[in-house]
Amino acid sequence: MTGWLIRGARPLGGDPADILVRDGAVAQVGPRLAASSARGTQVIDAGGLIALPGLVDLHAHLREPGREDAETVQTGTRAAALGGYTAVHAMANTDPVADTAGVVEQVWRLGRQAGHCDVQPVGAVTVGLGGTRLAELGAMADSAARVRVFSDDGSCVSDARLMRRALEYVKAFDGVIAQHAQEPRLTEGAQLNEGEVSARLGLTGWPAAAEESIIARDCLLAAHVGSSLHVCHVSTAGSVEIIGWAKSKGWQVTAEVTPHHLLLTDDLAQDYDPVYKVNPPLRTQADVTALRQGLADGTIDCVATDHAPHPLEDKETEWETAAFGMTGLETALRVVQHAMVDTGLLDWAQVADRMSLRPARIGRLAGHGNPLAPGAPANLTLYDPAPTEAVDPACHASKSRNSPFVGMVLPGRVVATFLRGVPTVLDGKLA
Amino acid sequence: MNRHLISAADLSRDEALLILDTADELARVADRPIKKLPTLRGRTVVNLFFEDSTRTRISFEAAAKRLSADVINFTVKGSSVAKGESLKDTALTLEAMGADAVVIRHSAAGAPHRLARWVRGSVVNAGDGSHEHPTQALLDAFTIRRRLGGGREAPAGAADHQADHQGEGLDGLKVTIVGDVLHSRVARSNVLLLSTLGAEVTLVAPPTLFPVELGGWPCTTGYDLDAALPKSDVVMMLRVQRERMNAAYFPSEREYSRRYGLDSSRMALLPQHAIVMHPGPMNRGVEIAAEVADGPRSTIVEQVANGVSVRMAVLYLLLSGLDPAKATTGADR
Repeated sequence: MTGWLIRGARPLGGDPADILVRDGAVAQVGPRLAASSARGTQVIDAGGLIALPGLVDLHAHLREPGREDAETVQTGTRAAALGGYTAVHAMANTDPVADTAGVVEQVWRLGRQAGHCDVQPVGAVTVGLGGTRLAELGAMADSAARVRVFSDDGSCVSDARLMRRALEYVKAFDGVIAQHAQEPRLTEGAQLNEGEVSARLGLTGWPAAAEESIIARDCLLAAHVGSSLHVCHVSTAGSVEIIGWAKSKGWQVTAEVTPHHLLLTDDLAQDYDPVYKVNPPLRTQADVTALRQGLADGTIDCVATDHAPHPLEDKETEWETAAFGMTGLETALRVVQHAMVDTGLLDWAQVADRMSLRPARIGRLAGHGNPLAPGAPANLTLYDPAPTEAVDPACHASKSRNSPFVGMVLPGRVVATFLRGVPTVLDGKLA
Repeated sequence: MNRHLISAADLSRDEALLILDTADELARVADRPIKKLPTLRGRTVVNLFFEDSTRTRISFEAAAKRLSADVINFTVKGSSVAKGESLKDTALTLEAMGADAVVIRHSAAGAPHRLARWVRGSVVNAGDGSHEHPTQALLDAFTIRRRLGGGREAPAGAADHQADHQGEGLDGLKVTIVGDVLHSRVARSNVLLLSTLGAEVTLVAPPTLFPVELGGWPCTTGYDLDAALPKSDVVMMLRVQRERMNAAYFPSEREYSRRYGLDSSRMALLPQHAIVMHPGPMNRGVEIAAEVADGPRSTIVEQVANGVSVRMAVLYLLLSGLDPAKATTGADR
């Protein structure tokens, strides 16, 4: 059995150490491991690189089945591996919708075949994302895909009674409802955060209250039935406050924030370039500041990409007709370094916590998000924080090019990714 | 001048005055037996209308034709483009035909910004969604200057069309704009342009028809029309769409009309010299009473006539400085 000896990496940004990987697991971690232990292994010089547990994304759109022109499980997981991820949750809004055991098993199997990272399907909460009837959540939970996260992402489970039942029902198999919080009546035709910019541009506003009111309601429901709520892509300062309040009560509420909401603001829409059109919309600088603070103090548990690839023709159009969404898997860690680490808000151990440990726990993925310690599955990412380079979506492995970070100079580079001891990325390229 | 006219915010005071002064000159053409100048001979102006607006299209068409440009009207029905030809393909087609200027009307805010990325000719915004309608603001400014320029003592109805207002702004004039500010491209463009020209703009509407945050709009706002009227030199009524009441912006047409409509009794609150404007099309009996619309202080018909002069000036200034567009072939691209 071959293994890998990773020389001189800094686990979680700490002191340099050697990491020995054998049989898919971490065998040893320590300063200057003896050369003898390297017998039969390949050696990587990782001097200066930060070693992190393999990143876990709770929220990605891999588009297969149905929109293979935008992304496939194959291309999406390549993008994930190149971004340092060893596991991604694939959202349910495919065509057909992932609302049956059959579809989630198909997606799960496609992930296994692709092999670049683990693909954990998310099941739909309601049949066809229609918001009226519960999907067979138990069948998806019992399937080979072992679904634990359920979400109608893209639409909100707006019916309060249905949301309550969903939260209640998934307690039987330790499931969690991941809510896309968007009050539908308050956001009819909405295009952009409702504020100064939407007023100037004449675009229909998307009030923060449309997100916050649903989050508040769902926190109360989760508390009432004693179940787990996860809030997708939190985008407003008010949402952070409400989630902080729910957590202070000891309720089982978790939340994620996207890289783009940690960095970008609504004024980027001023030229009506739909690459900045996303759901939930980009908000204001005050929101960005609150989201960063919330992620730093743990009110927001994790970073999730909401990677949403779209073909060129769906973005090269008028703002109002363009699709919502941005790619993110290949830039997430770099954006987090830029927005959170280089600003002093998070250290690398906390980055590991917010991008691997906590999302794995929320997603109920036992094999991921483990500390880099002997015995743990060897899922890890080697990252060089030093280089800086402009983002060029043309170089991305994702099938789509709709990165809002296009042209931005960002720090960092993912050098290697290991999935259970096997490199999926080496020297910044697919292995 | 910029190559395009997309927002009234693109215009400095000097540029706006240049357009108004040029329009003054060109207006005299309308009084001649042959209403035509050779200025834009050989140039092509495309009227690209994705939204029905006969009056705006005709106005631009007349303006281009009086300057001897070739005019192509390209009307795309409704939003059938959604699954048909994209705006980009339409733009590339126009580009290949060698359009010197594209006048675009579209229901989506920002469509002219997108178009400007794909064509080399000048883009003129003839109304994009709820965003802007800069030539409407220019014709409104032009109308105000003709009626009230050189002091507001001139008696209403006795505007001297031959008066020379060259170089004059609208400094100190108080303009009240009333109605659906939230959805109005006319209001946005007018706030920007009239303030650039020195006017003091007040917006009056029910709170539901204001944007939640106006940020740095150069104007004041209020909910009470009766309070604003006595201080107004100009009152501009915006069209209010009946379907707004279905989205609960206001309870009923009658209530809207009672609180925000301009009728004869409200007219009495206006100073003697004040004028009444409306960009059209009007809902008579809703935002404006028929006797007000047809009264001597209404400039509504004049606005239409002035629209042609102002659009002539815009096309002239945008195009006369530029080289004629050449038709492109696949090999050029």
